[in-house]
Amino acid sequence: MSATPKIRIRGLKKRFGAKLVLDGVDLDVARGTGMVVIGGSGTGKSVLIKSILGLVTPDEGVIEIDGEDVLRAPKRRARELRAQIGMLFQNGALFDSMKVWENVCFGLLAQKRITRRQARDKAVEILAQVGLDAAVAGLSPSELSGGMQKRVGLARAIASEPAIMFFDEPTTGLDPIMGAVIDELIVDCVKRLGSTSIAITHDMASAQRIGDAAAMLYRGRVSWTGPASELLTSTDPVVDQFTHGRAHGPITMALRK
Amino acid sequence: MNRLLGLIEALGAVVLGLIEFTGELAIFAVSGVLYIFRPPYYPRLIGRAFMEIGYFSLPVVALTALFTGMVLALQSYTGFSRFGAESAIASVVVLSVTRELGPVLAGLMVAGRAGAAMAAELGTMRVTDQIDALSTLSTQPMGYLVAPRLLAATIALPLLVVLADILGVMGGFLVATRKLGFSSGAYLVSTFTNLQAQDVVSGLIKAAVFGFVIALMGCFNGYRSKGGAEGVGTATTSAVVSASILILALDYILTQILFVK
Repeated sequence: MSATPKIRIRGLKKRFGAKLVLDGVDLDVARGTGMVVIGGSGTGKSVLIKSILGLVTPDEGVIEIDGEDVLRAPKRRARELRAQIGMLFQNGALFDSMKVWENVCFGLLAQKRITRRQARDKAVEILAQVGLDAAVAGLSPSELSGGMQKRVGLARAIASEPAIMFFDEPTTGLDPIMGAVIDELIVDCVKRLGSTSIAITHDMASAQRIGDAAAMLYRGRVSWTGPASELLTSTDPVVDQFTHGRAHGPITMALRK
Repeated sequence: MNRLLGLIEALGAVVLGLIEFTGELAIFAVSGVLYIFRPPYYPRLIGRAFMEIGYFSLPVVALTALFTGMVLALQSYTGFSRFGAESAIASVVVLSVTRELGPVLAGLMVAGRAGAAMAAELGTMRVTDQIDALSTLSTQPMGYLVAPRLLAATIALPLLVVLADILGVMGGFLVATRKLGFSSGAYLVSTFTNLQAQDVVSGLIKAAVFGFVIALMGCFNGYRSKGGAEGVGTATTSAVVSASILILALDYILTQILFVK
């Protein structure tokens, strides 16, 4: 295994108004592995990946991709480094003004790697990789079910064969079987492309299927890291309460007081 | 004493908020304009925005202009006949329409139609992460979403106003000749003898500024909207209200600059 992690985060801090969302996050994701980030709602999991993507500007800290700090690199270089990230959004975030095939090939067209004429065939090819047939290509996103929208979102994320993939709650809102199918597709795609991935999830079954390593985000920091297979057997009280969904334990939720 | 400090603090917060808002708007506007000139260009999107703002606003702008011209002729007739000044009607109609009413009414109509649509569309894209998705797919949202709309609106509004000018004058002409008994030849002559190129040009300059403002407020409010359906609704309302107020305020300022020497 190479010495530099694909993604290395140190001391990442982000404050929104009075609320300190990230309070010094440290995280390493080794090349070619899958990291699962778990944590309660509103603990900054999304802010973490949005910071890596450049959608949120952190207040402090270091985010290195391939050993280069994207927060301090020149704009152009930072954009190049981030261009290798593919993202699957929680609700798909498909462009609803476009057909499915335009959605799938959007990134490739933007990078001028294919022409509009080739795009439709290319889209059909990519859709096949996520188990959708050619007829879907001509539909609008609003005509698809939730599971199919997730698949199209996945197809769009893998279209440019990204070296890094982010998944934001990939199974949320799906039935358990469709959740398992999406997980399997994710694992397939990540393996085939040899990508490094970060997934955010609340779903422990999903976490164990798609993750090699896991990290628990608690009070703005990574409170525990370990192999994803140990999530349910961890002796860490915070992880134990979260993964088993216990109402009582070290995680006190303001709502319950 | 404490209450006084609290009051000053609250006042300060409002002022700071206003300054921050103005600053954000200015940065947004400058960055949107810069992206108009920066590749990649999106001719398809500019074309689509142009259709949306220009072509589909034709009926509403045409009707507004026609009726405004008609009512102007009728109103000035009833007023002016008291002083025996009926002959001034043609000039009143053509000058009011080209200098003022054409650009302002077209601007307000387009703000209600296209400005609201822009805010709703961009707002929905924001709250469903579509704008974030654009950035993750090697596309700058400012260049892709905002710049084409700014450009299209700035070009489309003057063209709409040319049409509004023609139909406004035509509305006045119809009422004057069919209802008020003017001869069509004399009406047209007095329409054009007092009209100067500057009257029309100044109206078109106003229109271009209003077009930019409509797209700017539509995009700005949509782009920063948050919080689901309610947020998108608020963004749409603010887009229309702020564009309308800015149109009226800028109209005064531009009239001052263009006509008062």
